[in-house]
Amino acid sequence: MSEVFTGFWVVGYREFLRLLRERARLASAFVTPLLLLVIFGAGFNRIVAPLDGQVDLVQFMFPGIVCMSVLMTALFSGLSVVWDREVGFLKVVLVAPLSRVGIALGKTAAGSGVGLFQGLLLMILAPFIGLSIGLIALVTLLPLLFVLAVTLSAIGIFVGSQMRSQQAFHGVVEILIVPMVFFSGVFFPVDKVPTWLGILAKLNPLTYGVDAIRQVILNARYSASFESTLSAKGGVDLGVTVFGHRMSVWEDALVVSIFGLIVLVMAARSFNRQGT
Amino acid sequence: MFHDMDAIVVEKLGKQFGKISAVQDVSFTVHEGELFGFLGPNGAGKTTTINILCTLLRPTSGQARINGFDVMQQRSQVRRSIGLVFQGPTLDEYLTGFENLRFHAYAYSIPAPERDERMRELLQLVELWDRRNDRVRTYSGGMRRRLELARGLLTRPRVLFLDEPTLGLDPQTRRRIWEYILEMRRREGMAVFLTTHYLDEAEHCDRVGIIDHGSIVELDTPDRLKDLIGGDIVSLRVEDEERALMELRGRFGLEPAVFDNTIQFNVPHADQFLPEFIREFSLPLQAVSLRRPTLEDVFLKLTGHAIRDEASADSIPTPARRL
Ligand SMILES: Nc1ncnc2c1ncn2[C@@H]1O[C@H](COP(=O)(O)OP(=O)(O)OP(=O)(O)O)[C@@H](O)[C@H]1O
Ligand SMILES: [Mg+2]
Repeated sequence: MSEVFTGFWVVGYREFLRLLRERARLASAFVTPLLLLVIFGAGFNRIVAPLDGQVDLVQFMFPGIVCMSVLMTALFSGLSVVWDREVGFLKVVLVAPLSRVGIALGKTAAGSGVGLFQGLLLMILAPFIGLSIGLIALVTLLPLLFVLAVTLSAIGIFVGSQMRSQQAFHGVVEILIVPMVFFSGVFFPVDKVPTWLGILAKLNPLTYGVDAIRQVILNARYSASFESTLSAKGGVDLGVTVFGHRMSVWEDALVVSIFGLIVLVMAARSFNRQGT
Repeated sequence: MFHDMDAIVVEKLGKQFGKISAVQDVSFTVHEGELFGFLGPNGAGKTTTINILCTLLRPTSGQARINGFDVMQQRSQVRRSIGLVFQGPTLDEYLTGFENLRFHAYAYSIPAPERDERMRELLQLVELWDRRNDRVRTYSGGMRRRLELARGLLTRPRVLFLDEPTLGLDPQTRRRIWEYILEMRRREGMAVFLTTHYLDEAEHCDRVGIIDHGSIVELDTPDRLKDLIGGDIVSLRVEDEERALMELRGRFGLEPAVFDNTIQFNVPHADQFLPEFIREFSLPLQAVSLRRPTLEDVFLKLTGHAIRDEASADSIPTPARRL
């Protein structure tokens, strides 16, 4: 057990040191979410009129953009594994008496830490697009963002542990990002798409993350009435339904966590199997 | 079957990469405190053996124990009792030398007071104490190697693995690295498992295993390996090789061979044999030389090829004494 903890903090600590050393990485942690917001905010608001004055498009997309920003950072954090392999440092980590789960956790912590930070940074911008997020909503969002960031980061670490070159890693992650973003409800509700696409969306952990975060953010703004208002007007139900069951915030979080746990174990196993 | 006193026990170890047999049926024992070397050319299976012993690779057959711990069943204990210097670079260039060592100390849970003292001791030993707060990316190749050596020793391992520790370094740096290795061994008495294809490094070893194509060809002390050659090596240059060869075989009962216009044969105690031989030999001699056999000669004799491709040029006998 102590080997799990030591692995976790030693590996995480080094990632943290590295992050502070590499200014480009540190800067991108700030710049990426800001860029996303400026582009989506300024661009879309002009093109699309608000949905019947109730929910405007930017507000609808805001939770999705938060998730996307977390997704990018978290997935690409897996690059650090490939990098460590290329410079040989991974060998040093793997011959140390550290639990492989601990190593995977430490790597994941770094990626999810930055992801979580970015997610929260974006929250500061919510008032500027007319969303007010109260303290309760913020406290609710924190664990949700955290769970999502850890899960996505674990996916990145797992992919990283399987790849032998940075090019291969980039290739795989780019292939992952497009479907994960588009079949997640960031841009359109997943219950109103063709069946095959809906199934893909429901296998996607991001779907549940987006759903949970959107419920918290938009319910804070429109209270419970917003869902029914939209449905009543023949609009769409924005939520995610699995086997006819409408997912609540905490059910979403549970699905994301289970997904994350499975991927973490896969990453640890992958570290266990390989050396050189 | 396993002795407590043995640092490394390897039995019938094998590693297959697809169709390639990187290591085949390798067995050997390294005693506590022994300096043991694997001497072999590129691709012989040296690194693969180390990777198996340090738990990075699983063997496809056989078994191995480090300090009594099985490398497959008790990996955590094995990892705790070994130190490593890998063949390739393994430092985090973005961290300072000090931080690289500290990461290691944390990873092995060395208690704080001991950690600081040990890091200072080792950084001073390898003469990097003044540069400890510089990033590794500003270090030269020799400095990096020294830092890796310090890191390998940080945890006071009972077994230290050195995979070609001086590869690509200039002779002066190589000598310094060796001084540190021998000094630490004197102070702490750990067993050292070394791989090399430098013959002079193999000479430092208590015992040497000659490895080629994944198998151990011969294993013994450097001196006894050289005895396999059957004495010293005498080289002659004469006008008429044919007649010289006939006389050497017929009159002296020797088994001469010809390399590049030079006749070579082995005799025990050549220093006593030569004066008489020169008096008795009927043909005019252009040059005569005598030298002690090297591990290179042993390698050539055992495997039929030179340890390095370019080594064929080295193996032209350099006369130790010209008469
Ligand atoms: N991961 C791998 N996959 C496939 N083949 C491998 C792998 N690692 C090593 N080999 C092969 O195994 C053989 C032994 O390689 P190894 O690295 O152990 O040699 P070595 O004695 O350390 O050589 P060198 O002096 O060049 O370091 C080589 O033929 C090599 O190509
Ligand atoms: Mg090697």
